[in-house]
Amino acid sequence: MYAVRQWSVRNAGRLERLYHAFAGVLTLLGPLLARIGYARLEGPMVAIERPLKSLLFDCRMCGRCVLSATGMSCPMNCPKSLRNGPCGGVRANGHCEVKPEMRCVWAAAWDGAQRMREGAAISTVQAPLDHRLAGSSLWLRVTREATGVAETMGGSGA
Amino acid sequence: MNRFVEPDPPTPVPSGHVSAGRLERVLRAGKFAVTAELNPPDSADPRDVFERALVLGEVCDAINATDASGANTHMSSVGICALLTGAGYAPVMQISCRDRNRIAIQGDVLGAAAMGVCNILCLTGDGVQAGDQPGAKPVFDLDSISLLETIRAMRDERRFLSGRAITVPPRVFLGAASNPFAPPYDFRPLRLAKKIAAGARFVQTQYCFDIPLLTRFMARARELGLHERCFILVGVGPLASARAARWIRSNVPGIHIPDAVIARLEGAAKQKLEGKRLCIEMIQQIREIEGVAGVHVMAYRQEELVSEIIVDSGVLRGRRPRNGVARAGNRQKSRTKT
Repeated sequence: MYAVRQWSVRNAGRLERLYHAFAGVLTLLGPLLARIGYARLEGPMVAIERPLKSLLFDCRMCGRCVLSATGMSCPMNCPKSLRNGPCGGVRANGHCEVKPEMRCVWAAAWDGAQRMREGAAISTVQAPLDHRLAGSSLWLRVTREATGVAETMGGSGA
Repeated sequence: MNRFVEPDPPTPVPSGHVSAGRLERVLRAGKFAVTAELNPPDSADPRDVFERALVLGEVCDAINATDASGANTHMSSVGICALLTGAGYAPVMQISCRDRNRIAIQGDVLGAAAMGVCNILCLTGDGVQAGDQPGAKPVFDLDSISLLETIRAMRDERRFLSGRAITVPPRVFLGAASNPFAPPYDFRPLRLAKKIAAGARFVQTQYCFDIPLLTRFMARARELGLHERCFILVGVGPLASARAARWIRSNVPGIHIPDAVIARLEGAAKQKLEGKRLCIEMIQQIREIEGVAGVHVMAYRQEELVSEIIVDSGVLRGRRPRNGVARAGNRQKSRTKT
């Protein structure tokens, strides 16, 4: 939802801390999750992750979340799905070239990044999206990576 | 009967350069470079390209072949580049991420380099809503920065995005666009830094009609040392009238025209002449800004006017680019085998 999405950007610093704490808990639970089996957990985890991230960020479940590097403004809401910054078409009022009623996702990202401890990550060059990851759980992937369980397709975490 | 045309031997890449092209040579020699945009025809007639190239070739170091700019369909940049390189011109091939995915784009890069394209400008592309085919599916598989990184790896690491090896890499000088005149203003220099990190070594900006905004952008770019890692060419162009300026401002994405500029045009007896004069003044002011390496001149379907502006501004300082002359002679000598 647009209003909640704007709230998330305003509270980017708080969400950053919350996510770090949450990722820490998941990492602690890593061995347990591994015993249950990541493949078996994929469905239930997506069932939690999708509605929560949809509410907060209008998440599209791209599978490679970069919110930590985009001021908690999801770049998949950019009509050009730009993952590395705003295009040259941003209007003088900071709104989108394609959807004039929407604030530019990257103008919001820039604001959000100023509120985050690791906001400078907005300068990191992001690789092209691997479209095979669409719909999969990022949380499980990040946990798997943090606990060293072999993984073929990467994710950068948020 | 099929004939195999023996290609000219590849032009050697000077040491410290990434391409064999004129644009990189001129820029690295510290000369104030001039590039210009060729308006792509809505026809299948090569003469429509050559007539325009003839006008521009004499006054600029490289000719930009646009890739459906404004999301309007025209002859493709790859097609125009095939014609231009064949006739000995130095084109800048523009690639937009709007219309093709990573498979098509990487293939085009190899094809372009094989035809002798030495410069590639990596762009995001205007949204489809801006053009004549608003019902088209926008692709945007890559963005301008991941596109730069992709071609840089093809050139320097001799591999596709997939990791598969390339035997002969594309020797191309990579460029990007920058728009210092659109918000978020503080992010713009950092975004340019990001493009440089991804491989851009020259940048052509959006039309400049606002010197104070450009000055602010350049000051920050110098602080970050960007002008030492990338050649910055500032985009300029003439406005035909106050009415045209107003139309552009509200219909073309990303072009910022201050009210003062429109007022000046409005107050002039001959608006078109005033627009040309304003553009020349703009070039002369831009040339004085520290860290600017050249200008990129654009005008909608007015190549003659672009040529006059470049000559009248004195920006070439007596240089004669003669773009298109050097290789046209070589081409006649190219051998054929049966």
